[in-house]
Amino acid sequence: MVPGDLRYTKDHEWVRVEGDEAVIGITQFAADQLGDIVFVELPDAGRSLDRHATFGVVESVKAVSDLFAPVGGEVTGTNDGLAGAPEVVNGDPYGGGWMVRVRLSDPGQLDDLLDPAAYEQLVAEG
Amino acid sequence: MTDTPEFAPLPSPLLDRHEALGAKIVEFAGWLMPIQYAGILEEHRAVRTAAGLFDLSHMGELVIEGPDAGAALAAALVTDPPALAVGRAHYSMICAPDGGILDDLIVYRLAEDRFMVVANASNAQTVSDALAERLVGFQAVLDDQSLATGLVAIQGPRSLDILGPLTDLDLGAIRYYGIAEGELAGFHVHVARTGYTGEDGFELFTEVERAGELWDVVLAAGRDHGLVPVGLGARDTLRLEAGMPLYGNELDRDTTPFHAGLGRVVKLGKEGDFVGRAALEKVARDGIDRRLVGLILRERGIARHGYPVLDAAGSTGVVTSGTMSPTLGHAIAMAYVAPAHAEPGTMLAVEIRGAAVAAEVVPLPFYVRPT
Repeated sequence: MVPGDLRYTKDHEWVRVEGDEAVIGITQFAADQLGDIVFVELPDAGRSLDRHATFGVVESVKAVSDLFAPVGGEVTGTNDGLAGAPEVVNGDPYGGGWMVRVRLSDPGQLDDLLDPAAYEQLVAEG
Repeated sequence: MTDTPEFAPLPSPLLDRHEALGAKIVEFAGWLMPIQYAGILEEHRAVRTAAGLFDLSHMGELVIEGPDAGAALAAALVTDPPALAVGRAHYSMICAPDGGILDDLIVYRLAEDRFMVVANASNAQTVSDALAERLVGFQAVLDDQSLATGLVAIQGPRSLDILGPLTDLDLGAIRYYGIAEGELAGFHVHVARTGYTGEDGFELFTEVERAGELWDVVLAAGRDHGLVPVGLGARDTLRLEAGMPLYGNELDRDTTPFHAGLGRVVKLGKEGDFVGRAALEKVARDGIDRRLVGLILRERGIARHGYPVLDAAGSTGVVTSGTMSPTLGHAIAMAYVAPAHAEPGTMLAVEIRGAAVAAEVVPLPFYVRPT
């Protein structure tokens, strides 16, 4: 069961809305698919993200995966702790494994995100 | 234009065991094999500290037998198998006439007139076909026993403690690169003290029909010693730490043993011609235009297969394998670079997503097991 207070994308990212900002990470499903995560590359604060564009990379032992921005905005914070402990994404993807915080450029984009039930259905359908 | 029909991958003879253990199964070299069980990092660490059990039933086992078996292999391979005593083995390669590597191998001498050549799964058919051709004119026959053979390997410092009680064979007396035949836990096996991890361990060859039961027995015997099943994912990180080449990455049809730093495997001093001799002698005389080196990344980033290697003037090479080393805690890689940049200590860079990330040339291997 995915957290009920988040929104999701078909690329297996999650979004937590906090006022005019959004916190972004990847779902447990994505982390499980990747396997042991050993490296995370995130944008610097101040960078402007476009929705659907890549904003970083998450690497498992064997593979490199792009991170896609579920919403657009200016990066106001990144989880620096992941540099030294990338495995937190596997163990706590919705909490300690958060990746970036953005100030939303267009809150209307939130309407295009999947609700928990829709995301779970997407995952179930493979 | 009609497409070549695609054949479904062969399930490993142990596939049901892997599924029961919750493994992630992938297609590899035409086989369905386990890539991981509990996770690559956990499995890797288990092999370095206790022991891991590997299903290697996808590999090729080619038995060459006859009065000329040794001579035929000496003419077919770059090494000198007749120089092996019975019960001994060596690392070898089979090359094309132009010196390019068709596969890397281990050759075991099972008897005076009987040798077993173990080939990579991805090349087993190619090697089988090439050897069959190269045996023509020699009193020797090739018996491809790949599908009839199951191969289970145990690797790690507890390997001897785990297997020892299961057999009357004196496993401790089998030296590294030795092989013995006998009974282990009621199974008829060949036990070889070889491996692809940089740890002590044993590779157990048995009839494919009984391989699953052998797996079960060894896994159970090892549980209290920390033995865990280990998949192909950790097999790759282990061999990379140990500085061992992987065909398809460090070795390929366009590479000679000399380029890969393995010129010592080519026995130019042996009697008689062998396939690739003239070409390899020329490389030995003329020198090589690129060399395989080890790299340690000195800034944040992981080098991966295909990433360019740069020096101050521009591109000097390419990464062949790379990962975050679970044992060492930093990113490591193997790469081909210009000979002028191949000295340990040379500072180069790996291009990662457009950025130059500092990397230092280091001698291989990255990891040596404590003795």
